Amino acid sequence: MSALHTVSNRRRWWSHREIRGWAFVAPFLVVFALVFLAPIGYAFYLSLYREQAFFGGNTFVGAANYVDVVTDARFWDGAVRVLEFFAIQVPIMLGLALVAALAIDSGRLRAPRTFRLVIFLPYAVPGVVAVLLWGYLYGTNFGLAGDVNDLLGTAIRPLSERWMLTSIVNIVTWEFVGYNMLIFYSALRTVPEDLYEAAALDGAGPLRTVFSVKIPAIRGAIVIATIFSIIGSFQLFNEPNILRNLAPNLIDTHYTPNMYAYNLSFGGQQYNYSATVAIVMGVITAIIAYVVQLRGSREAL
Amino acid sequence: MKIGHRRRFGRLGAITAALAASSLILAGCGGSGGDNGSAGSGAKASPQALDAALKKGGTITYWSWTPSAEAQVKAFTDEYPNVKVNYVNAGTGNDHYKKLQNAIKAGSGAPDVAQIEYQALPQFALPGSLVDLSAYGLDSLESDYTPSTWAAVHVGDGLYGLPQDSGPMAMFYNKDVFDKYHLTVPKTWDEYIAVAKKLHQADPTKFITDDPGDPGFATSMIWQAGGKPFTTDGKKVTINFQDDGSKKWTSVWNQLVGDGSIGQIAGWTDEWYKALGDGTIATMNIGAWMPGVFESSVPGGAGKWRVAPMPTYDGQPATAENGGSTESVLKQSKNPALAAAFVRWLNNGNGIKPFLEKGGFPATVKDLNDPSFVNKPDPYFGGQPVNQVLTAAAKSVVPGWSYLPYELYANNIFGDTVGKSYLAKSDLNAGLESWQNALVKYGNEQGFEVNK
Amino acid sequence: MTVIQEGTVTAGNVVSARRTRKVAAGISPLRPRKSRLLTGLMLLYLVYTLVPLVWLVISATKTQSDLLSTSGLQFGHDFALFSNIKETLTYRNGIFLRWLGNTLLYVVVGAGGATLLATVAGYGLAKYRFPGRRVVFAVVLGAIAIPNTALAVPTFLMFSDMGLTNTVWAIIVPSLVSPFGLYLMWVYAEQAVPQELLEAARIDGAGEFRIFWTVSLRLLAPGIVTVLLFAVVSTWNNYFLPLIMLSKPNLYPLTVGLTQWSNQAQGAGADPIYNLVITGSLLTIVPLVVVFFLLQRFWQSGLSAGSVKQ
Repeated sequence: MSALHTVSNRRRWWSHREIRGWAFVAPFLVVFALVFLAPIGYAFYLSLYREQAFFGGNTFVGAANYVDVVTDARFWDGAVRVLEFFAIQVPIMLGLALVAALAIDSGRLRAPRTFRLVIFLPYAVPGVVAVLLWGYLYGTNFGLAGDVNDLLGTAIRPLSERWMLTSIVNIVTWEFVGYNMLIFYSALRTVPEDLYEAAALDGAGPLRTVFSVKIPAIRGAIVIATIFSIIGSFQLFNEPNILRNLAPNLIDTHYTPNMYAYNLSFGGQQYNYSATVAIVMGVITAIIAYVVQLRGSREAL
Repeated sequence: MKIGHRRRFGRLGAITAALAASSLILAGCGGSGGDNGSAGSGAKASPQALDAALKKGGTITYWSWTPSAEAQVKAFTDEYPNVKVNYVNAGTGNDHYKKLQNAIKAGSGAPDVAQIEYQALPQFALPGSLVDLSAYGLDSLESDYTPSTWAAVHVGDGLYGLPQDSGPMAMFYNKDVFDKYHLTVPKTWDEYIAVAKKLHQADPTKFITDDPGDPGFATSMIWQAGGKPFTTDGKKVTINFQDDGSKKWTSVWNQLVGDGSIGQIAGWTDEWYKALGDGTIATMNIGAWMPGVFESSVPGGAGKWRVAPMPTYDGQPATAENGGSTESVLKQSKNPALAAAFVRWLNNGNGIKPFLEKGGFPATVKDLNDPSFVNKPDPYFGGQPVNQVLTAAAKSVVPGWSYLPYELYANNIFGDTVGKSYLAKSDLNAGLESWQNALVKYGNEQGFEVNK
Repeated sequence: MTVIQEGTVTAGNVVSARRTRKVAAGISPLRPRKSRLLTGLMLLYLVYTLVPLVWLVISATKTQSDLLSTSGLQFGHDFALFSNIKETLTYRNGIFLRWLGNTLLYVVVGAGGATLLATVAGYGLAKYRFPGRRVVFAVVLGAIAIPNTALAVPTFLMFSDMGLTNTVWAIIVPSLVSPFGLYLMWVYAEQAVPQELLEAARIDGAGEFRIFWTVSLRLLAPGIVTVLLFAVVSTWNNYFLPLIMLSKPNLYPLTVGLTQWSNQAQGAGADPIYNLVITGSLLTIVPLVVVFFLLQRFWQSGLSAGSVKQ
C-alpha cells in the first residue's frame, strides 16, 4: 500500500509542479492572443466573405476565396519565386553566419569584438535609407555597379531580370548574416568548457572540435535559425518592395505572396482576398517550418 | 491518466472558445467601408453658413503634404484667431491615402480637411466619404478656375473641393544638349521622333527623354492625344484603350521605346536627378510644377534647361494635366461648415498667396494672367520667363478628360501590365489591353458595371 | 594538463607531435594561437559588410547639392557632417528629437517588456513539461507564419475599436510580443540551465519562481542579452505597424518620421532634404551601436561554472 501511495503522490507532485510552467508562459500568451490571434481570427473571418470596396455589400462565400487563391497564377508566380529565393539564400546566409560565429568564438581571430559589431551593423540600418543606399550600389549610370562594370569591363545590370533575384539575395544576406551570427554565437557562449576540455583530452584538433562538439551543441539554435529563415524567406517583402521604386516594371504587385497580400489590401482594398492569400501562404509556411523542426530536433518539442 | 487527459482538453477547449468568441465579437465590430453618415454640427449647409462658422470659430484638423501648408495655416489663424487648425503631415501620396482610407473604414480618426490629388478624388468621393461643397454655394466659383481643374474637382454632379494647383504639361529641354548635337526644338511628335533618333545615334548614352513606365504620364499622354479611355456615369464605367487617342500615342511612343531612344531610369531616384543634370536626359514632358524640382534637386543643370510647349500631333497647341490637388471636406468632420470655409480660404482666398510664394503653380485664372507672375525671369532656366509657356499651356489643356473611380488601384497595377511592354520594349497596345482587362475585372468585382 | 608522450596512442587516437609540443609549452587548445588565414578571410567579409555603411557615412558628410551631383563613395566639395547634424536636429522645430524620444520610449517599454515576457515564457517552455506545451509551440509557430501585411488592417480596426490608434499603446502593445525571442530563450534555456541544478535547488526547498530569479537568470544571461539586443533593434526599426497606426507626427518613431522626410523630398512640390534623411539615418544607428557595446560584456559570462558536478 505504501508503494502505491508513493507513486500516486509523486505523480500528483509532478503534475502540480509542471503546471507551474503555465504561469511562466501565461503573460506572453495573453498579449500574444491580443496581438496575433485576434487579428488572425478576424482575418480568417474576412477570408470567408467578399465585400465590395465602393458599395459595401458583404456576402458570405465560404471557401470560394480559397479556391480562387489556389488557382491564381499570380499567387503561384510569387510562391515559386520565394521558394527559389529560400533555396538559394538561406544556405548561403546561415552558412556564412555559422562560419562567422565559429570564427569569432574560436579565439583564433584577431579583434573578434570588432568583427562581431561590424557584421551585426547591417541589421541595424533602418529601411528608410535602403532605397537610397541600394539605388546607389546597384546604379549602372552613376552608381557603384556602373563603376565596377567600367573597371572590370562587364555589363551587369543588377536590377535587370537576369540579376534581380541575385540582387535581392545579396541584400537579404548582407542584412541578416549578423543577426544569425549572433544567435549562433550566443549559443556557443553557453557551451560548458568541460566539453572542450574533454575533446582536447581525446586529442581532437580545432576542426574536429568544431564538428563534433560545437555544432552539435548548438543544434537547437541552428534549427531555430533555420525555421526563422524559412518564415522570413516565405514572407519576403521589405527588400523587393524597396527595389520596386527602382524597377517598377520588374517588381510587380505580386512579386512575392506577401507583396501580393499587401497590394491587395492597400492598393485595391480587397481585404477579403488579401486575408485569404495570407492565410494560404501562412499554412504553407507553417507546414514546411514544422517539418523542419520535427526533423531537426531529435527531442520532441 | 484519464484525469490529465480531460484536464488538457478542458484547458484547450476554454482557450479556443475564448478566441472564437473574441473573433466573432470583432467580426461584429468590423466596419464596412463607405458612408459613415454626416456628423454635422446641426447647422444647415448654405453659403452664409461659411461666414457664420468662421465668426464662431472652432477647431479643425488638416492633413496635407504640400510644402506651403504650414505657412498657409499660420496665415489663416492670424486672420481668424477664433479658429484653431491642427496641421498634420500624415504622409505623402499613397501613405496619406492609406491612412485616410483606414480612418474612413474605421469610422473615426479622419481629419476635417484633407489634401487629395485630382486622380484620387473619385475614389474618395464615390463611396460618399466627402462632403458635396455645392451645398455651401461654392459652385458659383467656376469662373475663377481653368476649365480642366474645375472639371477635376467634380465627381458626377457633385463638387468635392476647390482646385489648389494645376500641372499643365510642357516640354523642358536641355539647351546645351540640343546645341551640342545641332537639334531643333520639335513642335510635332514626328519631329520629336526624328530628333530622338538623331540624338541617340550621335551618342547612344543619351536619351531624348526618360520614361520607365509611369501611369500618370501614360494617361496624360493619352489625354493630350485626345483620348478618353475612361467614362463614368454612376455605377456604369467604360474603359477603352483602343480609342483614337490611345492609338495615336502608342504609334508614336512604340517607336521611341522600341528603338531604345527612351531612357528607363526610375524617376525620383538619385540616378534620375543626376541624369537630368549631366545631359543624359535631353527633354522631359512633365507638369508645370517641375521648375521647383529642378531648382532644388538638379544643381548640375542650372542654366542649361529651357521650356517650350509640348509637341503635338498636328502642330496646334494641345496639352494635358499631370498632377495637381485639391482640398476636400470629410463627411466624418464634426464641423463641416468651418472646414468648407477653410477650403474656400485656402484655394479662393488669402491662402493662394503663400502657396504661390512656395513655388506652387496656380489653378486660378486671375493668377495665371497676372503679368508679374507670367513675365518673371527664372535664373535656373537661363533667365527665360518660363511661366509664359506654362500659363499658355494651362489654357490649351484638352477638355473632357476624366479619371477612373479607382484610379489609385489602376496606377498600382500599371507596372504589372503596361510596364511589362516597357520592359520587353514591345508593343504598348498589348500592355494597355492587359491593363484594360485587369481594370474591367476589378471594377466588376467591386460592384461597378464595367463595359457592360 | 598532463604531458602526453610523443607517439602515444590514447583511447584509439594518435596524438600528433605538434599538439604535444603545444601542450608542453602551456598553450592549451582552449587558448589557441591567432590564425592569420582566418583573419584574412574574415576581413574579406568585413569589407563586403562595410561598403554600404561607408556610403552612408560619406553621404552624411555631403550637402544636399553635393549628394545629387557627386559620386557615392567619394567625398563632396564641402565637409558638411556637423552642419547636417545640426540641421537634422533643428529642422521643423526639432521634430527629430521628438521622434528620438518617442523611439526611446517605445524601445525601453516595448523591447524591455518583450524580453521579459519572452524570457519568462521561454524558460517555462524549456524547463517544465506541462500539458499543452506542444500546442503552444504549434500555435505560436502557426501565427507567425502568416504574413503580417494582411493582418495590418484587422489589427488597425481592432485597435481603432478599442480607441488605441494614434496612441503610444498602439506601438508598444504589439511590440511586447516577440515570438522569435520566445524560441530563442527556449533553446537557450534548454541548453544553459541544467535540470540537475533545478533539482538541487528544489531539494533545498526553493519555490519555482525563486529558482528562476536567483539561479536560472544568471545562466541565461548571454541568451537574454541576444534577445534584448534583437528586440531593441527590431523595435527601434519598427516601421510598418506604426505607419498604419499613427497619423499624428509627434507620435512617430524615427523610422516613420524619416520616411516622411524622404517622401517629402520627392514629387511635385519637393522639399530638398535628402541630406537630412541620410544624416538622420546615420544618427539612428548610433544609439544601437551604443546598446551593442553596453550589452556585449554579458556574452563573456554565462558558463555554468562549478555549480553542479557531472
